[in-house]
Amino acid sequence: MAEPQAKELLDLDDLRAEGGLTGRRHLLSLLVENRPGVLARIAGLFSRRGFNIDTLAVGPTEDPDISRVTLTVDGAVHPIDQVTKQLHKLVNVLKIRDMDPGTAVAREMALFRINAAADNRAEIIEFTQIFRAHIVDVSRRSITVEVTGTTEKIDSFERMVRPHGLIEMARTGEVAIARARPEN
Amino acid sequence: MRAADALCEALKAEGVKHVFGIPGGASLPLYDALYDADFEHIQVRHEQAAGHAAEGYAKASGNVGVAFATSGPGATNLITAIADAHMDSVPTVFITGQVRTDLIGTDGFQEADVTGITMPIVKHSFLVTDPNQIPDYIHKAFHIAKTGRPGPVLVDIPQDLSKMEIDYEPITGPPKLPGYQPNTEGNIKQIRIAAKALANARRPVLYAGGGVVNAGAAEELRELAGSDRFPITCTLMGLGAFPAPHEQWLGMLGMHGTRTANYAMDEADLIVAIGARFDDRITGKLSEFAPRAKFVHIDIDPAEISKNVPAHIPIVGDVKKVLPKLTGEYRALAADGSRLDEWWRRIEGWREQYPLHYEDSSDQEIKPQLMVEEMYRVTGGDAIITSDVGQHQMWAAQYYHFSKPNRWLNSGGLGTMGFGLPAALGAQVAMPDQQVVCLAGDGSLIMVCQEFATAAAHDLPIKVFLMNNGHFGMVRQWQELFWDERYKSVAMGPSPDWVKLAEAFGWTGILCDRKDELAGTMQTALETDGPVLLDVRVSQNENCYPMIPSGAAARDMVG
Repeated sequence: MAEPQAKELLDLDDLRAEGGLTGRRHLLSLLVENRPGVLARIAGLFSRRGFNIDTLAVGPTEDPDISRVTLTVDGAVHPIDQVTKQLHKLVNVLKIRDMDPGTAVAREMALFRINAAADNRAEIIEFTQIFRAHIVDVSRRSITVEVTGTTEKIDSFERMVRPHGLIEMARTGEVAIARARPEN
Repeated sequence: MRAADALCEALKAEGVKHVFGIPGGASLPLYDALYDADFEHIQVRHEQAAGHAAEGYAKASGNVGVAFATSGPGATNLITAIADAHMDSVPTVFITGQVRTDLIGTDGFQEADVTGITMPIVKHSFLVTDPNQIPDYIHKAFHIAKTGRPGPVLVDIPQDLSKMEIDYEPITGPPKLPGYQPNTEGNIKQIRIAAKALANARRPVLYAGGGVVNAGAAEELRELAGSDRFPITCTLMGLGAFPAPHEQWLGMLGMHGTRTANYAMDEADLIVAIGARFDDRITGKLSEFAPRAKFVHIDIDPAEISKNVPAHIPIVGDVKKVLPKLTGEYRALAADGSRLDEWWRRIEGWREQYPLHYEDSSDQEIKPQLMVEEMYRVTGGDAIITSDVGQHQMWAAQYYHFSKPNRWLNSGGLGTMGFGLPAALGAQVAMPDQQVVCLAGDGSLIMVCQEFATAAAHDLPIKVFLMNNGHFGMVRQWQELFWDERYKSVAMGPSPDWVKLAEAFGWTGILCDRKDELAGTMQTALETDGPVLLDVRVSQNENCYPMIPSGAAARDMVG
């Protein structure tokens, strides 16, 4: 039954344990059945096991029976292996991908309503241009800007405009898709 | 066909012979269908008992246990049993009536969001929204309940939908569940590495859990243990997976396990966990658990591997399939068995120094440990034993030397008091020719004593051996040892006259309060037709030892 080379020695001291904390943020992309209660099962699992969801985005896919859930989890706090294995146990979860930042495109959208009186209006508009964002609403006292990009880009936009008076902010959480493989 | 009748057809197709339950408003259509069904409905006296009976049925027979309840309170009464089945991986299907679809969400009479409430404690659940789903959901529920890591599945059926006419066609073949594909084979490369690790280990321990019993893999486990002289210990849930009288058996491990088993885990260099999940009652203080060991972890549920203790060699698969491969690979290595001699000398030393022991009384007082030993003798060690939760459960685990699987039915994970009597009912229904004995605690039995009526009504000849110490004994023990003897609400006070209570339900009741009558009354109880309660008055203040104090390490066992 066993192959001959199986006789070679194995020192127990050489064995390493699996799992543990990765120390980085993980972007999980889940394909789930589009049924009532699926999101409740996922959210319930996270709360029951004591995992935190940093961001969560849910939407349809090209197949009407399947939805995509994209969520980010801090791998410095939670063993990501354990999170994905628990998610896999949900019968309605079809597929999980731990998106590698190098081979995935991830984007988030955010809306900022910023204090924009006459004295700083020009500066806000300038930031908007630098960040290739769009002004989607304007009033005498405020400007509402739509920013799309990586989480880091949105974070830095927030840092730029906050000193001017950030009235309100809404962010979607990231969505992601794997990059196409380079064609040979 | 009416959807409720299609449900019965689907249950029949799944091989269901018995279901347990109580009817109610929302399940009237289901019960109307049960009127004509080919299987038997055991009417219990409280839905919690229906759930535990379904568990006892499943644990004793290996078949899926089924319980019915109506909406609202009927369904919420099942919750403890569902949680219990989830913790102990018991293949069960719970079918609940729900209020009419037009009432859902309106706080209608006897409405409760049962799929919502049970979400964290089921393997899966289905809320029927179209009557055509009913037979399909039933088949899916059975498939999910019994394959992979077994567990409870809930099917919630609104009353109006179960009355509708549907086109029923018998379903054949496995159900379509794209998101549910348990991995059963085990990776052969990993199995080879595990075999090599075993061949190189000088202080190995096999640590087997309830997964071996669930998988029906006791024989395969014995083969592995016998491929060399591997020391072996079982968890509370694994008792019977390996014959306790065997010389390689170290006894149960964990909080009330033997010193030998716990010390062996503490000093092991390789631990092979087989269908076990490193519960806190096993590990004690996690950071000091088996500090010298590398871990092979074999489990059908990948999420159990490295959950509490990181595995060095993880193997995902059905132990019934993995163990023969591991045994074959290990044998092929032709390892030198004498490397284990020193380890066995160490183990024998512990065995000699620290056997399980208790001090027997010098008078007629009955020690609880003696009661279990006597039970073992009069039943020939061959009965199906159910238990409640507490001291008596631990003493049964220590002193009833289980030699076969599916003979020890208890609530391990959830620790549900009141489990024993209804589980015994279920076990007796499943195994009518087997001797079924419930070793009950007096604190537990009174929680479910209405079920005496079920046994009488269905002529189930179970024997309840009540270990009556007048206390919530385990809580009393903890208050004594860890809470400065500040006893609060642990004495049972004026308990019922159990003999009269049993007789009131049509049982035979027997009292035993003298040591010299113990064997005789037990024998009489076993030989008496019909259900019998034997009220055994045992020492009130006996403590269960040895013990790893909560949060301490195995080597710091006391008692």
